[in-house]
Amino acid sequence: MALVFAGVCSHAPGITGRTHLAKPEDKDSFHAAYDGMRVSLEETRPDALIVIGAEHFANFFMNNMPTFAIGMGDSYEGPIEDEAWLGIKKHKVPGNRDLSTRLIQRVMQDVDVSYAEEWKFDHGIMVPLNFLTPRYDLDIIPININCQGPPLSPLARSYALGQALRRACDETPERIALVGTGGISHWPATPNSGKINEDFDREFLGIWAANKKSELLAYTDEDIYRRAGQGGFEIRTFIAVAGATAGATADIRYYRPIPPFAVGCTIGVVNLQQAGMRTAA
Amino acid sequence: MILYYLQKLLFQLNRDPATRKQYESDFDGLLMEYDLTHEEKEALGKPDIGLLYVLGVNGQLLMHYAALKGYAWPDYIQSMKDGVAQHGPVRAGIYTMVED
Repeated sequence: MALVFAGVCSHAPGITGRTHLAKPEDKDSFHAAYDGMRVSLEETRPDALIVIGAEHFANFFMNNMPTFAIGMGDSYEGPIEDEAWLGIKKHKVPGNRDLSTRLIQRVMQDVDVSYAEEWKFDHGIMVPLNFLTPRYDLDIIPININCQGPPLSPLARSYALGQALRRACDETPERIALVGTGGISHWPATPNSGKINEDFDREFLGIWAANKKSELLAYTDEDIYRRAGQGGFEIRTFIAVAGATAGATADIRYYRPIPPFAVGCTIGVVNLQQAGMRTAA
Repeated sequence: MILYYLQKLLFQLNRDPATRKQYESDFDGLLMEYDLTHEEKEALGKPDIGLLYVLGVNGQLLMHYAALKGYAWPDYIQSMKDGVAQHGPVRAGIYTMVED
């Protein structure tokens, strides 16, 4: 079959854990945008959802840090954080070992990846799932890009990961949905939490939505760190989605800086029918 | 190795129930398992969230330790600011404080 859905979304823990600190209209409008993304995703009737995230030391640490890791479990669990702190109850999340294995084997033809049969989801995946699969009834395949422990891989490798993933999806019989989740500019869990560079965010989202590969890959980590903070390194997840959907543009359905959530809250959906590749009926 | 094992301890504490149990029942014994400096041990024990931040602990690890120790979010943010005021700029890592 093929990729049937692709998009990007924010995952900051404040989105669910610190809702009381945000203006009600900010919180409600962003949650509504997330719900709209869920509706669009469900309309494509996916068999599984790949979530490309950037975890925060829930599973992977500097003793053995994979640049890219793909889940290969029958199931996962999350959130690893305190339920009250995150505002999300603990769940067993269904995986799909067989599909994961096939995807991993195909991706490995082009990009080296690690695999993990055990994976505890942190807010980086649980916040999106809380909105997109609230009944936890869709098979999830997690992918992690190391965005926390430098050295980080070049942006071009994240784009290549996305391209490899697209080839893998196109060769599987299942209907696959794909979501990349990360911050754009943000300085999370620091004294600067709440700082957002809206100019950087809008510039980056414009380039991402137009899928301008050369401009996406022209960012350097020095530039990102200076303009978008250490949280900005997570643009790798958006770039991987761009790689998976080369040839297609996207719609930014929602963007609004919400400082109590510590990020410019974003929902973007790719117009997959433009991708010029196989599409599912 | 400075900082690496401090962060490793917090990583394990955040994700491993057995480490959490040992933290509560045998804190000194837990510290013995990691190659920590005297300053790091003191900062963990007090706890001095501000000093842990200045030592370079990644915020994604530190915010959970602060929550475990009962810090509300605004108090966690303030403790890092206080730490920088008291101990100087962040000494390592990528979670530095910048001008707003």
